[in-house]
Amino acid sequence: MTTTAGLLIRRVPAAWRRVVRIGALGALGQVFISLSGMPVRLDVREIVVPILSLGYLVVLAAPLVVGVLLGRRPEHSGFLANPPSNRDLVIGATTGGLMAGGGLSILALLLAGFDLRDPLINWSPQLLEFLSFGRGTGAGFIVWLVIGAGLGMVGGTLRLATSRTQKVIMTMALTVVAAAILESLVVDLVEGVKLEALVEWMYAPRGGVTLLGAAVLAIVSGVLSFVGQGRIKTVQARVQAMEGPKRTRVNLTLIAGVGVVMILLPLLVGKLTNELLANVGLFVLLALGLNVVVGLAGILDLGYVAFFAVGSYSTAVLTAATSPRIAPELPWFVALILVIFIAILVGLFIGAPVIRMRGDYLAIVTLGFGEIIRLLFLSDWLSGWFGGSQGITAIDGVDVFGLLTVDGTNPRRVFYLVLFFCAIAIYISWRLERSRLGRAWMAVREDEPVAEAMGINTVNVKLMAFVVGAVLGSFGGAIFVAKVGSVFPTSFLILVSIIILVVVIFGGMGNIFGVIAGAVVLIGVLGGPKQPGLLVEFSEFKLLIYGALLVWMMLARPEGLIPSARRSRELHQEEFLQDAWLRGEIDTDESNDPQTAGPTQTTDSDGGP
Amino acid sequence: MNGNPLLDIRGLTVEFGGLRALDGVDIQVHEGQIVSVIGPNGAGKTTLFNAITASVEATGEILFEGRTLLGLDANQVTSRGVARTFQNVRLFANMTVLENVMVSQHCRTKQGTFGALFYTKAFRREEAEIRARAEEILGFFGTRLIGFRLDQPAAVLSYANRRRLEIARAMATQPKLLLLDEPVAGMNPVESAELTGLIGRLREEWGFTIVVIEHDMEVVREVSDRVIVLDHGTMIADGDYHEVSSDPRVIEAYLGQGATTK
Amino acid sequence: MANNWAPKTKVDWFLTVLRVLALGVVTVGLLAFIAQQISVDNPFARLINPDATGLTVAQFRGLVISGLSQGAMYGLIALGYSMVYGVLGFINFAHGEVFMVGAMTGMITSNKLDDAGLWESNFIGSLLFIVVVSMLVCTLTAVIMERVAYRPLRKAPRLIPLITSIGISFFIQNTSVVLLGPTSKAYPDMPDWLTAKRTFLEIEGTKILVICVAALAMLGLWLLVERTKTGKAMRAVAEDQEIAGLMGVNVNRTIVKVFAVGGAMAGVAGILWGVLFRSVIHYTGFLPGIKAFSSAVVGGIGNLGGSMAGGLFIGLAESTGPLLILEPLGVSGVSQLRDAVAFAMLIGVLLLKPSGLFGERLSAEDRA
Repeated sequence: MTTTAGLLIRRVPAAWRRVVRIGALGALGQVFISLSGMPVRLDVREIVVPILSLGYLVVLAAPLVVGVLLGRRPEHSGFLANPPSNRDLVIGATTGGLMAGGGLSILALLLAGFDLRDPLINWSPQLLEFLSFGRGTGAGFIVWLVIGAGLGMVGGTLRLATSRTQKVIMTMALTVVAAAILESLVVDLVEGVKLEALVEWMYAPRGGVTLLGAAVLAIVSGVLSFVGQGRIKTVQARVQAMEGPKRTRVNLTLIAGVGVVMILLPLLVGKLTNELLANVGLFVLLALGLNVVVGLAGILDLGYVAFFAVGSYSTAVLTAATSPRIAPELPWFVALILVIFIAILVGLFIGAPVIRMRGDYLAIVTLGFGEIIRLLFLSDWLSGWFGGSQGITAIDGVDVFGLLTVDGTNPRRVFYLVLFFCAIAIYISWRLERSRLGRAWMAVREDEPVAEAMGINTVNVKLMAFVVGAVLGSFGGAIFVAKVGSVFPTSFLILVSIIILVVVIFGGMGNIFGVIAGAVVLIGVLGGPKQPGLLVEFSEFKLLIYGALLVWMMLARPEGLIPSARRSRELHQEEFLQDAWLRGEIDTDESNDPQTAGPTQTTDSDGGP
Repeated sequence: MNGNPLLDIRGLTVEFGGLRALDGVDIQVHEGQIVSVIGPNGAGKTTLFNAITASVEATGEILFEGRTLLGLDANQVTSRGVARTFQNVRLFANMTVLENVMVSQHCRTKQGTFGALFYTKAFRREEAEIRARAEEILGFFGTRLIGFRLDQPAAVLSYANRRRLEIARAMATQPKLLLLDEPVAGMNPVESAELTGLIGRLREEWGFTIVVIEHDMEVVREVSDRVIVLDHGTMIADGDYHEVSSDPRVIEAYLGQGATTK
Repeated sequence: MANNWAPKTKVDWFLTVLRVLALGVVTVGLLAFIAQQISVDNPFARLINPDATGLTVAQFRGLVISGLSQGAMYGLIALGYSMVYGVLGFINFAHGEVFMVGAMTGMITSNKLDDAGLWESNFIGSLLFIVVVSMLVCTLTAVIMERVAYRPLRKAPRLIPLITSIGISFFIQNTSVVLLGPTSKAYPDMPDWLTAKRTFLEIEGTKILVICVAALAMLGLWLLVERTKTGKAMRAVAEDQEIAGLMGVNVNRTIVKVFAVGGAMAGVAGILWGVLFRSVIHYTGFLPGIKAFSSAVVGGIGNLGGSMAGGLFIGLAESTGPLLILEPLGVSGVSQLRDAVAFAMLIGVLLLKPSGLFGERLSAEDRA
């Protein structure tokens, strides 16, 4: 039975099998997205008024992606196959898109015919209405087929365009979507500088970009992208080619520029945006701390939330008048010094038992520690000290030399506080990476036994990473307490650790800029464990997306968005060596007299990274 | 050769679950000597190095400058002044040539977090020293590992240069005793002859005492003051090259007649 | 071994102190427990916990039985962790979610059967049916997981698949939230004859049922691994993938089978969860998953019999530990600390005997 089926399948040409496979996956994805409730829930958020809402965007993406995937040259066990002829490509991509759209058509029929609301909570009349555009099942059925085929074809034929055109189209689409997503931020900002008129025509009164706005944005970004392509790379190359001191000056100017923007920005935006900025900053701080442990020392710590929790609780106990057992009511900055000591102790206490374990055991055990610490704060046993599930509330904010108070009612001040500590964290990571300790971390990450044999006390060096991470995490905790004004055990779920980990990995382990970018993009757009991001509508789905993102990053780009050069070398050693070989940088044994072989290679590599 | 030996091994035994890789080995190495350790495959040569550098657990006694090495961690052995290379080159492949040598000075330097964070004078001085010393060590190998190579990752180096970098890395720990595990394995005759010369210079110019595991008898004859022969975990000969190479037991061990005549 | 324990550095000293402290706390707790059992007014017991009440025989038996039944369930899940670690050398963190999928499947199927009236009229048949359905769904989940996420990472550094599995775990958990809703969902009522305490030692029938089912599943797995060609292939791949491949074992297919078998066991365990607790929610898989992993480590990872024993051990420890050790020490609200005890067990075992109580069975390169 199976063999005949197998033979039949084998007789279908490979190209068609690929179309069917990708199309079917697209259809499954479509159905999954629909049943997850995303379309209906996100329908309220407009992207382009009145034609496209976020809800439709997420379902329309699938046939498009199917088309794009089918447009790529197929790969067979590492070899790129010949690209299909244009006719085959269009037919394939259209069919794939048709299948992906067909998934929704069939779902619409099933929705009309059966009731599976128990157990599938999103099996609802609203979904049917969404899928049929409010015009009856039959209409929906046909419309999705047409849309799917059309988008599949568009996605597939995109490959026929030159790469320059492809980039322009991508930029145009992304600009419009980004403009819609960043709407509240943009509006807030222009209001701050009293230039509302600039964007008034762009946004519809109830949210979303207007048709006119979308058209203008698309054209402007398209033109800019067409003209500007390659320019950025040229500038980058020019900076990289600069001599040491000159390059430092460029870098310093850039950093100073970013610093000034960061200081001015909160003044121009309103309370909500400042709140968002403060949340993002808090996660930048935590992510930088975890980056020291995971990115620099290569220790996978899944219980990072423990340090955050310890920082929060010790700050709360030391500063709050309402602390149940001891309430010294210290000023925040004085308390912070003690908090640092406590964090160091806790870092050593958690670190010492786990530091010699295998990397994967260490990950699970730190996870366990993270959970134990939360359970202890929650328990009745210690509730006399930490308030148990009631937590500690009514905690005063930070009193800055009696001049002003930083607390949650004024997110702008909180942001400045966060910014200050982020700067400290960046400085610490930057200095340590380029020190004796940083080099030792690198060595430990690469080959621990050899590092040990080369005289590095690996235990101490790794503990040091734990301690530095703990201190930065406790900074995060202390600020969190000042911002929120209360602590509860529920703020310190394992989920926090995982989200910080996703931020670090998404941005790029081991790269300060990467980690910051990761936090800005993820926390800013999707939001933190409890903090909303720009896409408030996504809050139900953000954890799902974080999970999917983590898997996808590991499979496709483990080095992250902005990788550290060294990390990507570690993760793609073979590709790196191939590239180096192609550039003629590989050292071969062919010549025993390096002086003669040297010069040509010298010029080559000096221009390199 | 009077006075106490630099390295004094007595009754060294290493067991891997019932199998005795080393069985009561006694070796003395005096300061300034170059001693070769030879023996057929599986004789326990690398195990000997592993035991000295605390990579495996051993019983018996290993005295270095009169103090025991047993029970120390590997990094403590290195700080005492014993450095090694590995048979299958184990560089930090993604670190640059310079960083490989800089990081190996870890146990001879001491600037910690404080210095790094506040960028103190002492920190800057030490960084400069580390770098200068690294370049000096790399310069020992001619122009191969300096210049533009300094900032290349070790992974792109040629095989012979990786072996050289491994030696440089061991030198950077500033040892008194250098353990070289098959330093010329896989090299062509020209390279191997050159490295043989370097081993002599390591003693002359840097003052290292050297123990070297080697299969290439040409190299062994060239460099060694003394040759030690291991077979099945026991030492079967100890003497200069000519004594050892004419020792019937050594010939037996290599030609494999021992099993039948015993 | 003994050499490792002799403290050499500050860290070693600290660890030794920790080990001694841990053993000390357990010993004092146990002694205090014995003292309070002899008489609650015993001066030693009073000294340590003035409010000691002691346990009755029935209470103690209840704790042991519920510990054993949960332990049996942990053991079944632990098999999946252990087999995957033995063969591929990484922790499949998402395995706990496979178990959750099993419990969810059981919940949905049993409720549908209940609606159709079959649950009451033919309970045994229905139970068999939901076990089979759950095993199928979980097998499928585990196999898809392997195909999509782990196969492309076969040669990646060891921490990469672990991070991936954390992502998968997160994804499956939240898939359950978005598809089935974030509230906890109940199994239909068990028939009275099952839930009633039996005359035999006054144990609830559900717990006996759980222990029996787990024993049967374990027996089936043992037969599969020890007596069939598939099992032989699995053991060969666990020993050395490359050599096994050269010897004509289809390595990919064998690894898929390992995931499938692990998934099926998690499916059974999912139903047992439903029978024991009759309620399931999206994070149901997390804690049992961690505890099952602890069981696998306690029993010696890669060692199947050890996993089952480790499961029983962890189950017993977490159900009796708080009352046996913490309560006599005067800790209040001990039942909240059950999960902390399970974690502490994991840490304790890794501190005292990292290769587990019954020894690890790993391929040569994974033995660190």
